[in-house]
Amino acid sequence: MTSPSQTAVTQTDPSGLGPEGLRKVKDRKGGELVGRSPGQLMWIRFKRDRTGVISGCVVLAFFLIGLLAPLISKLYGKDPYTRYGQITPGLLVNGYPAQPNGGISAEFWFGIEPTLGRDVFMQLVYGIRTTLYLSVAITLVSVLTAIVLGVAAGYFGGRVDYFIGRVIDLLMAFPNQLFFVAFVPVVGAIFVAPEDAMATWMRCLILILVLWFLGWMSLARLLRGTTLSLREREFIDAAKVSGASPARIIRRELLPNVMTPILVQTTYMLPSFVTSIAGLSFLGVGLVEPTPDWGRMFANAADYYRNDITYLFFPGIAMVLFIVVFNLLGDSVRDAFDPKRAR
Amino acid sequence: MSAPEDALVPAPRPAAAGPGEVLLTARGLTKHFPIMAGFPFKRRVGAVQAVDGIDLTVHSGETFGLVGESGCGKSTTGRLLTRLLEPTAGSITYRDRDITHAGRKELAPVRSEIQMIFQDPYSSLNPRQTVGTIIGGPMEINGIDPEGGREHRVRELLEIVGLNPEHYNRFPHEFSGGQRQRIGVARALALEPKLIVADEPVSALDVSIQAQVVNLLQELQRELNIAFLFIAHDLAIVRHFSQRVAVMYLGKIVEVGDRDSIYQRPRHPYTHALLSAVPEARLLDAQEEADDRERIRLAGDVPSPINPPSGCRFRTRCWKARDKCAAEEPPLVQITGSVGGHLTACHFPEEPTTAARDEDIVLDPALAAIEDAVPGPAAADEGS
Ligand SMILES: Nc1ncnc2c1ncn2[C@@H]1O[C@H](COP(=O)(O)OP(=O)(O)OP(=O)(O)O)[C@@H](O)[C@H]1O
Ligand code: SF4
Ligand SMILES: [Mg+2]
Repeated sequence: MTSPSQTAVTQTDPSGLGPEGLRKVKDRKGGELVGRSPGQLMWIRFKRDRTGVISGCVVLAFFLIGLLAPLISKLYGKDPYTRYGQITPGLLVNGYPAQPNGGISAEFWFGIEPTLGRDVFMQLVYGIRTTLYLSVAITLVSVLTAIVLGVAAGYFGGRVDYFIGRVIDLLMAFPNQLFFVAFVPVVGAIFVAPEDAMATWMRCLILILVLWFLGWMSLARLLRGTTLSLREREFIDAAKVSGASPARIIRRELLPNVMTPILVQTTYMLPSFVTSIAGLSFLGVGLVEPTPDWGRMFANAADYYRNDITYLFFPGIAMVLFIVVFNLLGDSVRDAFDPKRAR
Repeated sequence: MSAPEDALVPAPRPAAAGPGEVLLTARGLTKHFPIMAGFPFKRRVGAVQAVDGIDLTVHSGETFGLVGESGCGKSTTGRLLTRLLEPTAGSITYRDRDITHAGRKELAPVRSEIQMIFQDPYSSLNPRQTVGTIIGGPMEINGIDPEGGREHRVRELLEIVGLNPEHYNRFPHEFSGGQRQRIGVARALALEPKLIVADEPVSALDVSIQAQVVNLLQELQRELNIAFLFIAHDLAIVRHFSQRVAVMYLGKIVEVGDRDSIYQRPRHPYTHALLSAVPEARLLDAQEEADDRERIRLAGDVPSPINPPSGCRFRTRCWKARDKCAAEEPPLVQITGSVGGHLTACHFPEEPTTAARDEDIVLDPALAAIEDAVPGPAAADEGS
């Protein structure tokens, strides 16, 4: 009996590639369909999504700008701290840029900051850098926390699940923004005596701590649910029957299967942290001068916008672009992973 | 009530795998799943009596069929025996080693000898692992380094189960249900087990594929002399495969015996009903004409295992039930007229035959109504 298994079966679309899945097979010039992991399939689907690819590129550009800020500064020939407007006479008149459009010129691409006279382009680039660093750090710790607590709750169930579940419920009930505004100074006071100046890294740490505290729950809850349903799958039993340890089961069987929600949620989480950080800076509880900061530029702009709208323009556009594009990327990632739920 | 000539007929034991040594024994095996309710502190408000005091023995190299309707506790039994579940009571012995409450570490030496094939080929393979990783996993966990390397062994196993060794780097989603089940079989074989618990290994597959997979299992059993505990929900699929068969109903074994006893001389009313529910074409080697066979159609569903009937659990659907059945639980014993090793739990057993009765037993009211109504219109037609 020649078993039917000898022939490669492109089963009724388990890959979720849809009708295009077949076209993809033809594209491969009659070659045999080699094993493609769910991850590879996701990548193929993602590459076919033009919105996703473009958003991905823009997001990447933002990160590159943040990462390469010192290089940009060198090439551009200016830094975010020097008060060009005050050093060079004639650039500022009565505190506002002398030239129209906020002082945009070949020398100052995005104009000059009113009053202090710093370079807006450099402010923005370095502002993006600080904000993205912070957001990435917060996202990382939040995702790690969510994985540990969510997977533990789902896998071990019982008392562990009950306890973690109640903690999540409790934290979910906190009013986010209010908590942030109220607690950043409080936490700061715990670490640093009020008369001492607080180091920048300390401020960053406090921001990370406070935002992380209320940032991990929704992903943890999601992972708990996913783990709970995965735990019932028979491949977990199969691993147990072969004597696998709980650590191995979590690492080898569970975690690879929760990568999808983790990745999708991360792409939604990061921009929300960016806005939160910006919001805190705007309200005056974020990073302080002279550390360049994206969000604080809005706070400054609020003082100037009546006379110089240009100063608000660039950080604003950049922020809107970043958030929109990141969310589009998130949607595309989700669709690529889960084609059945798409739109 | 028993035909005396029956005792004279020796039970033909299949020669292929003799009654080897005792491999696995379960005594009074019980699993009650607690039902928790209440707020804020959950209390135990009852229990699902999924498995309630069953005894069974599996010998090396034999196939033991476990049959029963959906929800009667077959999977729970299988998962207790592989120690995926912790028994509530009773004992499990594997080759003189008590494994009833053994932890993961204590079980380690036994693990490689008892493996399992699962029901659902779609959920039994990790979608993120390649076939090679899936089949090689058990070897890795148990630190087994076969000659020629693990990969070589995995390719060998793929060939044994009728898959292309080239599929080593493929992912489960690239296979059909039958192929996936073969992968599951290869994984179970990876540790060279002595006993495989196969929990409805084919019921999720197309009928045409079912036979292929059953044949594969049968070949493996013959060649590798592996004992099988083969779980199925009807008697047809285990017939050609099993040397001994146990029939389960609502957490209890109601009848157990060698194949011919169960299929040709069943004593328990439920076994009669199950046999009569199997489509003739799938059951018989044309020795018996369909017309010669009794017809029994049960009414209603299996009662809830949360609150099973008193006495004999089958009494709510049994046509022979009397007061004694409600009052007293029938023990699983050899009854007069049965051959050795054929045990039945019934106060008023049936005749040891599956021949047609004078009158069909149709307990299903809807079905009975249809059958009563059929001659009616026909007669009316003739009249007009
Ligand atoms: N983990 C569990 N918690 C609570 N009840 C359970 C659990 N597992 C099984 N049960 C219950 O135990 C009973 C027996 O289930 P089991 O899965 O053993 O039946 P089965 O004979 O294998 O049925 P099927 O043919 O549908 O697979 C069912 O009533 C089921 O609802
Ligand atoms: S004990 Fe009574 S109710 Fe149970 S199967 Fe036998 S006759 Fe039927
Ligand atoms: Mg089952």
